[in-house]
Amino acid sequence: MRITRRSFLAGTAAVAATLPFPAIAQNKPVKIGLLTVKTGPLAAGGIQMEQGTIRFMKDRNYTLAGRKVELIVADTGGNPAGTKTKTQELVERDGVDMIFGPLAAFELLAISDYTAQAKTPVLSLAAAEDMTQRRPNPYFIRASATSSQNMHPLADYAAKELKYKRVMTLADDFAFGHEQMAGFGRVFEDGGGRIAKKLWPPLVTPDYTPYIAQITGVDAVVQGFASSNPLKFMKQYRDAGLKLPVLGGGTAADDALLKSYGDEAVGMISCSFYTADLDTPSNKRLVDGMVKDYGNIPGLYAAGLYINGIVAEGALEKTGGKTDDREAFNKALRSVSLTDTPRGPLSFDHLGNVVGSFYIRRTERKGDKLVNTTIKTYPKVSQFWTYDEKWFLSQAVYSRDFPPLKS
Amino acid sequence: MKRFALAAALVVLATVPLWVGSTYYVNIASQILFYAVFALAVNVLAGYAGLVSLGHAGLFGIAAYAAAKIMTSGHGHLAVAAGALAVTLAAAAVFAVLALRGTGLGFVMITVALGQIVWGVAYRWISLTNGDNGITISGRPSPFGLSLASPRGFYWATLAVFLLAVASMAVFVASPFGASVRGTRDQPRRMNALGYHVWMIRFLAFVLSGFWTGVAGLLYLYYNQFVSPQAVTLTASAEALLMVISGGTATLLGPITGAALVVVMKNVASAYIERWNFVLGAIFVAIVVFMPEGLVPGVARLVRRSPLR
Repeated sequence: MRITRRSFLAGTAAVAATLPFPAIAQNKPVKIGLLTVKTGPLAAGGIQMEQGTIRFMKDRNYTLAGRKVELIVADTGGNPAGTKTKTQELVERDGVDMIFGPLAAFELLAISDYTAQAKTPVLSLAAAEDMTQRRPNPYFIRASATSSQNMHPLADYAAKELKYKRVMTLADDFAFGHEQMAGFGRVFEDGGGRIAKKLWPPLVTPDYTPYIAQITGVDAVVQGFASSNPLKFMKQYRDAGLKLPVLGGGTAADDALLKSYGDEAVGMISCSFYTADLDTPSNKRLVDGMVKDYGNIPGLYAAGLYINGIVAEGALEKTGGKTDDREAFNKALRSVSLTDTPRGPLSFDHLGNVVGSFYIRRTERKGDKLVNTTIKTYPKVSQFWTYDEKWFLSQAVYSRDFPPLKS
Repeated sequence: MKRFALAAALVVLATVPLWVGSTYYVNIASQILFYAVFALAVNVLAGYAGLVSLGHAGLFGIAAYAAAKIMTSGHGHLAVAAGALAVTLAAAAVFAVLALRGTGLGFVMITVALGQIVWGVAYRWISLTNGDNGITISGRPSPFGLSLASPRGFYWATLAVFLLAVASMAVFVASPFGASVRGTRDQPRRMNALGYHVWMIRFLAFVLSGFWTGVAGLLYLYYNQFVSPQAVTLTASAEALLMVISGGTATLLGPITGAALVVVMKNVASAYIERWNFVLGAIFVAIVVFMPEGLVPGVARLVRRSPLR
């Protein structure tokens, strides 16, 4: 069933009518705006974000900390100007108390200043490093990961446990890809490894063969593709007959993507802030609910939004359900510290970025399905990895050419 | 009668922030106005000169990027506006010299290529444009003591610029230059035989179009306070052209109506209809089938033929 904004409001009202509320409930609902992408090339992730949010609201009967919730979903179309307009719609017309989303870094950057001025907290998956580093927004909270936060543990694992000496990296040629591989490179080279070469196929490329042909003389290949590109890359990689092990970040072997992979993905080692096989009560509820409602296990987009819901709930419980004092509510959001979420325990640093567990997984075939099996957990990973925060922030932001390769 | 309608329209436009209620709709109205300026600029070429450009988002983006760069290097708003428009004019002149080597399909393809070059620079020259993360600016100017920071202030300033653009278009259309531009569209060889410099007329039309595109780009930057490569994509160029074609080419009201249609569908209707792309497409198809000349001339035709008159 597709849920439109109208059926939502109706559904919320129906739930509201049937449930007895505790005495402390304010009669005004908490309004949560979801900025997502339902049209265009980013829609696959955007629709999963919506599913994760709805799953969470259903689990809580659209009631958080005694207040009912009104969810307003807005489609940004995946472009910055559209995101700005939709954000204004949510803030000025609908008067939302907080915003979940948006999906892409460039969407988030387009609304960052505006939401800070409007004092509207934003809980987003967008991974742009500087949003919680050199250009922090006091009203921005990220419970997922920065671009490189997945890659730091992966690089550590590759250097120390897998004992790889030389690798080659391939990633989409845009900021997310650049930041991922820069983070991988720093930790891997500091751990004694060397990056032989970094390759940057364009974001929209039908054919990876010219890049795959350059892979030689290394122990492993690291891929940082996102959206449906990991599928295309892995297929062409195996078709080319390459046997070298493949490592990847959160988007490369996302759990929601596994149903679209064939045997080419078996053996891939990936690192993500979310793994569907994590054995916690809240994750079990999320996975069961997603399979029941949508027929697929959740990936990082759905889980990320579900986690945002839990963070918002934690903050509302702290303020006694109040959101009128935005500064107090924002402070409550940042001081949320949780033990049971679908990604395990989490808290936030003073810049609003998550400190939480990251999981190294191996993709395996189990019966007729592919699954990611966790092989190592890195607990309490900060966005600065093991580096000193001051030193980290004094360096330039991760990019295509920074830090330079040591070799 | 016509004067009365014009006065009424002016009063309605000037008082929009006073009666629409939520500032959200004031912002939508501002967007309609600066996209209308963009569409009017595209119309100079596509409508009056018969040269279909699919690279105008490039010029639009050059204005926005130039303004953002000048502003982030610490200059005042006057320098920003003057600098951005100068850069855009220069770029438009270069575009014109290159694109006017062809007409018809050749012209279209060269403008596509030029637009894509601008996109490539915006996307890949990261040290200059900050890549797909875009450039954020802080603050809007306050010319003559009117702060543009508030949605109302920005609307009125945009309205003033919009009216200036409409007036300049009206003067352009009525002028001998406007007539000669239309002449080069309909009968280029005859115009040539009559002693007109067809190339120069087209060049000047291109530069005029580039100027107002730059103004629209500047307003876009001030409105969003952010510019990224998405603003200069081929899709953005095509959208501007769709505004012109759906409203009615070579008319004054057409591009304005088209801009309003696209902005409202994209931003307002999309909140209620999940498949708004589909609806917008259906509307375009309906316009092409029932009013191939565009909404404004099409409606005028229906009114003329109506038995009620």
